[in-house]
Amino acid sequence: MRRYLPGLLLVSPALAIIVFLFLVPLAGAVTGAFQDADGGFSFGNFIKTYQLYSNDILFTIVIVALSALLTAALSVAIAGYLTLGTSPAAVAILRWLYRWPLFIPFIVVGQILRTFLAKNGLMNNIFVATGLITPLHTVGFLDWRGIVIAFVWKQTPFVTLLLAGAMASIDRGTVEAARNLGASRLRILLEIVLPQAAPTLMVALTLSIVTMMSVLSVPLMIASQSPTVITVDMAFRINAYGDYGVANALGLISLVLTGAVAWIYLRQTMRENAR
Amino acid sequence: MSVLAETAAPARAAAWYWIPRAVLFGLLAFIIFGPLVNLLLWTVTEKWYFPHALPLEYGFSYWGRVFSPRGNAMGSLGTSALVACLTVFLSLLLAIPAGYALARLRLPFRSLILLALLVPNAFPNLPIYVNIARLFYQIGLNGTILGVVLVHTTHGLVYAVWIATAAFGAIEPELEEAARSSGASAFRAFRDVMLPLAAPGLMASAIFVFLESLDEFTGTFFVGAPDVTTLPLLLYTSAAGGNYQIASITALILLVPSIAFMFVVERFLRADVLANIGR
Repeated sequence: MRRYLPGLLLVSPALAIIVFLFLVPLAGAVTGAFQDADGGFSFGNFIKTYQLYSNDILFTIVIVALSALLTAALSVAIAGYLTLGTSPAAVAILRWLYRWPLFIPFIVVGQILRTFLAKNGLMNNIFVATGLITPLHTVGFLDWRGIVIAFVWKQTPFVTLLLAGAMASIDRGTVEAARNLGASRLRILLEIVLPQAAPTLMVALTLSIVTMMSVLSVPLMIASQSPTVITVDMAFRINAYGDYGVANALGLISLVLTGAVAWIYLRQTMRENAR
Repeated sequence: MSVLAETAAPARAAAWYWIPRAVLFGLLAFIIFGPLVNLLLWTVTEKWYFPHALPLEYGFSYWGRVFSPRGNAMGSLGTSALVACLTVFLSLLLAIPAGYALARLRLPFRSLILLALLVPNAFPNLPIYVNIARLFYQIGLNGTILGVVLVHTTHGLVYAVWIATAAFGAIEPELEEAARSSGASAFRAFRDVMLPLAAPGLMASAIFVFLESLDEFTGTFFVGAPDVTTLPLLLYTSAAGGNYQIASITALILLVPSIAFMFVVERFLRADVLANIGR
């Protein structure tokens, strides 16, 4: 124990922050979800949550799942081209292009897509000006579609960055062998490159799902009317009613949902490692 | 003649290849830069209404309003800068000793400690912030700069500690041993040998933490509002109030450091440090 003392002393302040500002509030979220107004144990918050927000919970799952799927498809396409592309100039252009949204803050993403995707936003204005559609046919995207577009817009570069890194480090021999046998690039990507980079894709997607479940600013700015995602509901419960019980019940549900994703991922990797 | 035709044919085929590529890249550029151009247009718009594709009048009058000494944007900019600097200071104060210990000293459960620091970023943090706000309310930290700094530090700590650990780990152990064996105290060897060598990595972690703090919305929304108004909160309230110009100028102020960082990050995070992160 003595020889560990200096190291533990130096690490303990950082760990104290995690304990007091993460574990204690987490415990507060779990116990708060099961407390009624008088502090007694009850399932009342969950019953109320189910009555008021079961649609929004379903809505959240669909939005996050759809965003994750679209992000995965786009990331595989971009990272695949970066890895297997034959024209150095095209690869360089794509590499320069794709990562712009990576460091743009979510709140800014919310603002720029809100003005861009609105019924009278720049996107529709351009379509009208170029004669693609008439002003009568413009459609605003400031609903669930806006949230999905914002999530995919922001998360694709992140997943692509990690995935392209993983694809670059796989064994090139199998790729060259398949190419010599005349396999198409799409087939090489899907049957040789992607399976080897799949663990990284799953990690990146899991992290993205956690992010999407946490972000409040994007749904708040793009589509805060009902139906909406549960982060907006939690903020509303607290700001409008000071109702911590239902907010914590919703919080616990979002923790369980992401926990389920993480568990599926972990089980998958363990099964693959056991093979 | 025939030689010329033979070289021209593949060149022409390669040129044809560029048409689908150009269409796809153009589409991608539209998707990525369209919203950004829209933001830039809004910052210099005086008058813009449906169905005009572009603003009717351009001007900088809103910039004057944002940057006037009495405008609340300058106040928010000051608050954001103060919070971000204090967050960097506190994070480095915690991360430098922790990173050194994780890289160099004997520690039980070392990988578990590294993982524990990641945990706050591996769960949806909104339920956590809600309960932090409740705790802070009881001890009078709600609506204070210190409260917001503490929340931002929790969120940024994983970057700070992981990068600091990687930076210290990338230094050759012989250098520190040489300093010690020529008579330097442990603290002196750390201060004069380890700290300068780890400086670029620590700088990168400081920039990461600074940007995370600058862009943080959810925690500030629960813990700081309405007393502590950072730039993201100002952006949200002006956008909710329909003031697109003020919101867009605020967004641009937030955007510039983030984009600048994207281009310099590789200079600060050397490959040997980068490969060490999370180990």
